[in-house]
Amino acid sequence: MAKVTVDGIEVEVPNGVSVLQACEAAGKEIPRFCYHERLSVAGNCRMCLVEVEKAPKPIASCAYPVADGMKVFTDSPMVRNGRRGVMEFLLINHPLDCPICDQGGECDLQDQAVAFGGDASRYREEKRAVKDKYLGPLVKTIMNRCIQCTRCVRFATEVAGVPELGATNRGENMEIGTYVEKALTTELSGNLIDICPVGALTSRPYAYVSRPWELRKTDSVDVLDATGTNIRVDARAGEVLRILPRTNDDVNEEWMADRGRFAFDGLKRRRLDRPWVRQGGKLKPAGWAEAFTAIAAGIKGRKIGAVAGELAEAEATVALRDLMAALGSNHLECRTDGAAIDASRRDFYTFNTGIAGIEEADALLIIGSNPRLEAPVINARIRKRVATGGIPVGFIGPRGLNLTYAQDWLGEGGATLSALVGGQHRFNEVLRAAKRPMLILGRGALARPDGAAVLAAAWQVAAQNGMLQTHWHGFNLLHQFGGQVAPLDLGFTTGIPAHVEALWLLGAEVPAAVPEGAFVVYQGHHGEAGAARADVILPGAAYTEKDATWVNTEGRVQRGRLAVYPPGEAREDWKILRAASEVLGLRLPYDSLDGVRARLAEVNPVFGGPGFAAHGCTDLAGPAGDAGGVAEAVFASSIHNYWQADVISRASATMAECARTYLPQAAE
Amino acid sequence: MALSDKDRIFTNLYGLQDWRLPAARKRGQWDGTKALIEKGRDWIIEEVKNSGLRGRGGAGFPTGLKWSFMPKQPGDRPHYLVVNADESEPGTCKDRDILRHDPHTLIEGCLIAGVAMGAHAGYIYVRGEYYNEHLVLQAAIDEAYAAGLLGPNACGAGWDFDLYVHRGAGAYICGEETALIESLEGKKGMPRLKPPFPAAVGLYGCPSTVNNVETIAVVPTILRRGAPWFAGFGRPKNSGTKIFCIQGHVNKPCNVEEEMSIPLRELIEKHAGGVRGGWDNLLAVIPGGSSTPMIPKAVCDDVLMDFDALREHKTGLGTAGVIVMDKSTDLIKAIARLSTFYKHESCGQCTPCREGMGWVKRMMDRMVEGRAEVTEIDVLEQVTRQIEGHTICALADGGVWPVQGLIRHFRPMMEERIAAYKAGKAAPMALAAE
Repeated sequence: MAKVTVDGIEVEVPNGVSVLQACEAAGKEIPRFCYHERLSVAGNCRMCLVEVEKAPKPIASCAYPVADGMKVFTDSPMVRNGRRGVMEFLLINHPLDCPICDQGGECDLQDQAVAFGGDASRYREEKRAVKDKYLGPLVKTIMNRCIQCTRCVRFATEVAGVPELGATNRGENMEIGTYVEKALTTELSGNLIDICPVGALTSRPYAYVSRPWELRKTDSVDVLDATGTNIRVDARAGEVLRILPRTNDDVNEEWMADRGRFAFDGLKRRRLDRPWVRQGGKLKPAGWAEAFTAIAAGIKGRKIGAVAGELAEAEATVALRDLMAALGSNHLECRTDGAAIDASRRDFYTFNTGIAGIEEADALLIIGSNPRLEAPVINARIRKRVATGGIPVGFIGPRGLNLTYAQDWLGEGGATLSALVGGQHRFNEVLRAAKRPMLILGRGALARPDGAAVLAAAWQVAAQNGMLQTHWHGFNLLHQFGGQVAPLDLGFTTGIPAHVEALWLLGAEVPAAVPEGAFVVYQGHHGEAGAARADVILPGAAYTEKDATWVNTEGRVQRGRLAVYPPGEAREDWKILRAASEVLGLRLPYDSLDGVRARLAEVNPVFGGPGFAAHGCTDLAGPAGDAGGVAEAVFASSIHNYWQADVISRASATMAECARTYLPQAAE
Repeated sequence: MALSDKDRIFTNLYGLQDWRLPAARKRGQWDGTKALIEKGRDWIIEEVKNSGLRGRGGAGFPTGLKWSFMPKQPGDRPHYLVVNADESEPGTCKDRDILRHDPHTLIEGCLIAGVAMGAHAGYIYVRGEYYNEHLVLQAAIDEAYAAGLLGPNACGAGWDFDLYVHRGAGAYICGEETALIESLEGKKGMPRLKPPFPAAVGLYGCPSTVNNVETIAVVPTILRRGAPWFAGFGRPKNSGTKIFCIQGHVNKPCNVEEEMSIPLRELIEKHAGGVRGGWDNLLAVIPGGSSTPMIPKAVCDDVLMDFDALREHKTGLGTAGVIVMDKSTDLIKAIARLSTFYKHESCGQCTPCREGMGWVKRMMDRMVEGRAEVTEIDVLEQVTRQIEGHTICALADGGVWPVQGLIRHFRPMMEERIAAYKAGKAAPMALAAE
C-alpha cells in the first residue's frame, strides 16, 4: 500500500495503481477523455494532468503510478492552466455543432468544456475537416468531431478482438478509420458508440431521433441472448428509442451485444396487437372475451400440453404451469430446439463457473458452441482471459472459426469428444495440468439425436479432468436466449406426448410431433410459424413491456421493468393466463405481480434469491445418457445468422440491414 | 585553444581516408577491444561515468548513469542496445559522417556498450533517408563479423554480440527513443508513456537502452585513453569533445570535432570561415539544432558552446547543429518554416501537440506577412506555453521553443511587420530561409 496525499487528503491505495485512481479514492474528479477503466492506458488526451510535488511538469495522472509519500495537487494553477489549455486545443478543431449533434447532453467534451474550459475561443484560423468513414450499418461517424482519443481503436483491438480500427496519418491529419473502408466485423460494435467521448461515433439507427433529457429511462435485462446483459431502456411517448448497457461487473461489465442493442425496432413491427380466433379455417380479429371463450370451447375435454418459448419470462411460465395443473395436465416442454437437457439437477443446465468466473479459469474447452455468435459479451470475457492470462482454449466444432482469440482446434465432431472422454486425447493433458479448467458446452450440441449422449460425455470430460471440485465448477452449458433457463427451473421438461389434442404455446413454435387437428393457442408478441398454426392467438408483451423475471445462462435471476406499455390490446403474459383461468373456471390463486413472484419462489426457491453464486460441485454423478453413444456428426452452432436469430430481431429493419451487410448469402 | 589533431576521436570525419576495417585499424580502432571488454561491465560504466560523457542526441543525459539503470543481473528477458541513428533534427548531420566515414568507431562502441549493459544484441536504427550510409554501415558490420569482432565470442573476449541495422522510413518522431522502439517493433512510431522507462521495459518489452550514434562512437576511445583525458576537455559537467555542425550564413559550412565549451564566436570564425559579411553582419544563431531557441548576436558574442552555458541563455546545446543567420535573414519566415516542419512531424498522439502545432504554424504564417494583431503575439506566446511540457515526448517542446526564442529576442521585429502590413506596405522582401 502507498500513502498518497491528494489536495491535503491522505489516502492509502495499493501499489501500482495510477495517480488518477488515487485521486478518485480521495474523492477528486479528474477529467479525462482517452482513459477508460476497461481499456489499456493511452495517456494521449492530456486532460488528466495533475501536479505532483517536485515534478517540474504536470503529469498525466492516468498513466503515472503512485509512489509512497507522493503529494498530488488537482486544483493548483498549473493544473487549471493545463486543463484549460488542453480543452482549448481540443475545441479549436472540434465543430461547434452541438445543437445538431446526437451526443449533445451526454457528451464528455461538452461537460468538461463547461467545467474546465475557457469561455471564448482565440482560434482565428480555419478548422480541420475530416471525411466521414463508413463503419457499417450500426455506427455512424462524423469524423470532424473526433478528438483522436483512440478509445475506439483500443476497444476494437482489445475487447472486441477485431484489430480493424486504427489511426492513419500523423499530427493534425491523424484520422481514425478502418484503413480500407469496410463494415466492422464485430458483434460488439455498439459499444464504440458508448465509449466515444464525443459525437464522432453515434448510433446510426438513433440518428437525430431524440435528446437524452427527453427519454424515460428504465432498468431492464436483455433477453436476446442468454448473457443476461443489464440494460437501460430509453423510451419516449410509449416507444423504445434506444437500449444501452448498464454496468454489472458480474455479468456484462459495461458491454452489450449488437443484437440486444439494436433489434428493438422489431418491437414495433409485425406485432400481435389483438386477439385472433380461427373461424372457418381463417384467423379473424376478435376481442379478449371471444378469444377466451373460443379457448374454453377448444380445449374442453382434450388432452392439453404447454410449451414455453425461448423468450418466455418466469412469471408467465409459472402461471402457465399452474393453469396446466388446474387442467389436469403435466405435459410441459420448453426445449423447443430439441436440446436433450437433463433438468434433474440445476448444474446440468447452467453456466456454473459464472461469467466472471471465466477470469479465474486456466484452461477452457469449448464443445459445439460458437460463443462469438451465441453470447458475444461472454466471448469478450473469454477473450479478456485469453489475452491477459494466455490460457489454452480447446475447441471442438467447425474448423477455422474466428472467435477473436487463439484456439486449439481439436476436431469437429463427436469422435474428438469421445477421445476426450477416453482420456487419450492430447488436450486431456492440458486440462489435467490446469488448476481450474472449465468447459463450455453449446446448447446447439445437445439439439441433435445423440444430444443426451453428448451431455453425458461432456459431463464425464468435466468430471475426469478436474473441472468438478468442491470449490470450482467448470461445467457450463451456454444457452442462447434469455428465456431458456427459467422454464427449466420451473419443470417444463416433462415433454409433450404424441397424443395431446391441444397445445398452449407461450411464444413457442409448434413441436413437430403434434398431430394434425390439435387445438393450438398461441400467446406471444411476434407471431411466426406457431401463430400461423394457431386456432386462437393471444397478444402478449415483449420483454421491454412487462415487469418480468429472467434467468440467464448462469442461472442468475434478474428483474426487468416495464419501460413502455404493450401495443394495442396486448397484455402482460401472466395477466392473460390469469384472465384465461377465470374464463376456464380454474381461477389461479394470485392477482398481483407480488403474488406471482411469491408463487415462483414457492415452486422453485431460486426465484427467491439471486439465483447464482459461485459454487463448487460435490456430486460427480452425471446426467442420464450414455456417454458412449456420441455420434460422429460434426458439431455446429445452431446460430448461423446472428443478426436474425430470434423473433424480435427478425422483425427488425436494422437487423435486416446488418444481415444484408454481413451475410450477403443469407439475404438472398 | 582549439582541439589538437592528436585528441580527435573521429579521425576520418571528412572521409579523406578509407572507412574499411584495415584503414580503421590503422587509425587505432578495434585496438585492444578484448582487453577493454575483459575489464568488465562495472569498470566500463565507472569509466564512462568518470569521463563525464553526456548524451550527444540532444538531451545531454549522463551516459554512464543511463547505462547503470539497466538491470545488474540479466533476468529471463534479454537486454538490448538500441542505437539512434535517426538523425532528423534540421541542422544536424554529425551522425551521418560517422556512419559513412568512421563506421567502425560506432560498431566498436556498440560492442562495448553491449557488454556494459549486458546486451547480446544491438539494433542500429538508421534514418530512412540515409540510404548510402546504411550500405556503408552494413558493409562495415559484415567486415567486423568476418574478422570475428562481432558475433559469437566477439573479439575473442567471450561475449556474444550481434548487431543489426534497421532502416526507418523518414519520420522525425522516430528519433524519440520510445517512438524509435515502437517503430523498430514494427508499429507506428509514436512515443510511449514513461514510466516505465526503456531500461525496465523497452524493445519487445525487455530492458533496453537507446543511445545516440556519437555517444556510442566516442566510448571506445574514452576507454582507451582514459576518463581523465576526456574529462579534461571543456568545463566541468560539460566535458569532452563534440562534433559541431556549422551551417547557414557562414563562409565555410562544416562539421568539426571540437572541445566542449568552446566560445561560439571562436567556433564559427576558426572552423567555418566566419559569418558571411563579417561578425557584425550576424543576426542570430540557433545553437543546437532546429528545436533550440535562437540567440541574438549580443549573446553570441561571448557564449560558450556547452550544455550549461547555453541553458543560462534559455536555449540548449541540443545536437550542436549551429545554424547561423546573418542580417539578410527573414527570421520570422525562418521560424515559420520550422513551425511548419514540427506541425508536419507531430505524431498526433497528444492533444496539445496535434492541435497546437497547426495553430502555431498558421499564426506564424500570418506573422510572416504581418497579417495579425499585435496582441496575437501574446496569444502565440501563450499557446506555445500551453503546448510546452504537456505532452508525452519532447517534440512539442522542441517545436515551440524556436517560436518562443523568436518572440523573446525579436518581438519588435514582429510588431514592425504587423504595423507595416496595417499601413499597407508590403512585407520586407525575404532573401533567405526558403
